[in-house]
Amino acid sequence: MKILVCISNVPDTTTKVKFKEGDSLFDDSGVQWIINPWDELALTRAMELKEDAGNSVNEICVIHVGGASADATLRKALAIGADKAVRIDACPADAYHVAGQIAEYLKENPFDIILSGIESSDYNGSSVGAMIAEFMDYPGISSVTSVNLDDDDIQINRAIPGGKQVLKTEAPFVAVVQKGIATEPRIPSMRGIMMARKKPLEVKPAVELEVLTESIKFELPQEKGACKMIDSESAEQLVELLKNEAKVL
Amino acid sequence: MSVIAFAKNWNGKFKNSTFELVSYTKALANQLNTNMVVLSIGEVAEEELKLLGNYGADKVLTVSNPQLNTLTSRAYADIVAKAANSVEAEVIVLSDNNSGKAIAPRVSVKLKAGHVAAVQELPLSLDPFVVKKSVFSGKAFGHIQIKSDKKILTIAKNCFGLVANPCDVAIEEFALDIDTNLFKVKIIQEEEQKDKVILSDADIVVSAGRGMRSPENWTPVEELAEVLGAATACSRPVSDEGWRGHEEHVGQTGKVIAPNLYIAAGISGAIQHVAGISRSKCIVAINTDPEAPIFSVADYGIVGDVMDVLPRLTKALRNSKS
Ligand SMILES: Cc1cc2nc3c(=O)[nH]c(=O)nc-3n(C[C@H](O)[C@H](O)[C@H](O)COP(=O)(O)OP(=O)(O)OC[C@H]3O[C@@H](n4cnc5c(N)ncnc54)[C@H](O)[C@@H]3O)c2cc1C
Repeated sequence: MKILVCISNVPDTTTKVKFKEGDSLFDDSGVQWIINPWDELALTRAMELKEDAGNSVNEICVIHVGGASADATLRKALAIGADKAVRIDACPADAYHVAGQIAEYLKENPFDIILSGIESSDYNGSSVGAMIAEFMDYPGISSVTSVNLDDDDIQINRAIPGGKQVLKTEAPFVAVVQKGIATEPRIPSMRGIMMARKKPLEVKPAVELEVLTESIKFELPQEKGACKMIDSESAEQLVELLKNEAKVL
Repeated sequence: MSVIAFAKNWNGKFKNSTFELVSYTKALANQLNTNMVVLSIGEVAEEELKLLGNYGADKVLTVSNPQLNTLTSRAYADIVAKAANSVEAEVIVLSDNNSGKAIAPRVSVKLKAGHVAAVQELPLSLDPFVVKKSVFSGKAFGHIQIKSDKKILTIAKNCFGLVANPCDVAIEEFALDIDTNLFKVKIIQEEEQKDKVILSDADIVVSAGRGMRSPENWTPVEELAEVLGAATACSRPVSDEGWRGHEEHVGQTGKVIAPNLYIAAGISGAIQHVAGISRSKCIVAINTDPEAPIFSVADYGIVGDVMDVLPRLTKALRNSKS
């Protein structure tokens, strides 16, 4: 079995976001780039499945749509343990464009399991995984909290509001994963970093695809007013304010 | 031309978020000077469908096939796309919840309709069609132009509210053949907690962090939640340590929520935590450290020990009720 993990390259979660050119572009000067946190957990789970001798996972490939500046992030994914990385050389215009590029790759290079994080922490589109499933006409499972293989029998847990479902599906399929899929993301070992240098990072040309949406402007949220401090003995006063001032009770 | 909203049901019932969706879509239809159609999939009683009329729905299409009572994103997307085509919808609107996130991207691909998720308000302009959404995990807003003729939006919870607009509802069965090939995913087990308030639906959330010091100390959190009819939540280290379940984790890597009232007890207010709660209408922080960053995003703050303040607050609420 082969697993493909979609990787988004996003600003570190502590980044203070700034914009440039009349607030029309994200200002990436000084930004640290990381593997999107959910994609990192997806990769970790893929590694765990490959290491488990009870199933036949024999290859993990990571794929990214973007420019050469993402290569460091892809090398990190290789250092964590992916066998191979593919970068589709295109500016990731929107989710439709990214998913379309990955689907084109999949048509030539089939995989059994495609993992994608629930959203990327930059544009929060939460749609690439489900779009790939549609482009490929594969089953797609959202809100996935665990993927288990038992002799290649696929069992998936999925969060539903206030509960969970256990599902069975056939490969190939796309799983859109979230919290729970793996506990701690793996950190590359020294040996992993050395090995990553020799692993393949293929760069593929993009295909012509329409772009359906475009970010034209950004704005920062309004500053919050000062926090009203209440004495720790005066819980009644807080209740009163929540009722009559904030009107949320 | 028209606009269409997909009204998801849960065991045959709609939620407030469904009525918010209908309210939003009605206002959008007015903006575009066109009519709104609401689509329902799975078996829903007529009285329940009629409730959609309270928020401006005058035409409801229903696909009342029991095979569709549980969500299958592939089949649902197929139906939404066909219904949208049949009413020549220019804009398709869904709620930004689990099902909306699963269905909308698929419909986008089927119809080549530009998709924007978690839209915050009515379009900023119609020509060009520009919507506003939260980006960089709540740290900014983006104005996104949709260039395609057909457009598909999911709307963020609590972004619009409910707008009463009573109408007579015409309910019509939308007949179509359902491709059984689309049901490759089989549900083999399902568990639902019936007694707890569901975090993603809750109007009030009581959330606690590492400041609680140990999982045995959660009783004051649960008691406060109970008197408020609130859901409970937690910070990431609390769920990573297994003190509370993953489903309670809010923040950038957990759930993003927007309740009316968010009470943060013993939570420092790290940027990744705030990313998940910044759209709450009112935030209350309780923390021993007056310098804790949570106070810079809170509306009301108490400097104090959670083990003292939470029971006091619970008591004050009980007294104010009786
Ligand atoms: C990639 C990434 C993603 C992340 N995603 C998330 C996320 O989604 N959600 C999330 O929550 N975190 C996330 N984090 C972690 C985040 O950075 C913080 O570490 C975490 O939010 C801190 O949790 P906490 O506030 O419970 O604990 P702490 O930071 O340890 O804070 C505990 C607070 O409790 C106070 N306190 C202590 N004792 C008491 C007492 N008796 N009474 C009152 N107050 C007391 C302390 O003053 C302190 O402010 C992420 C981190 C990374 C790197």
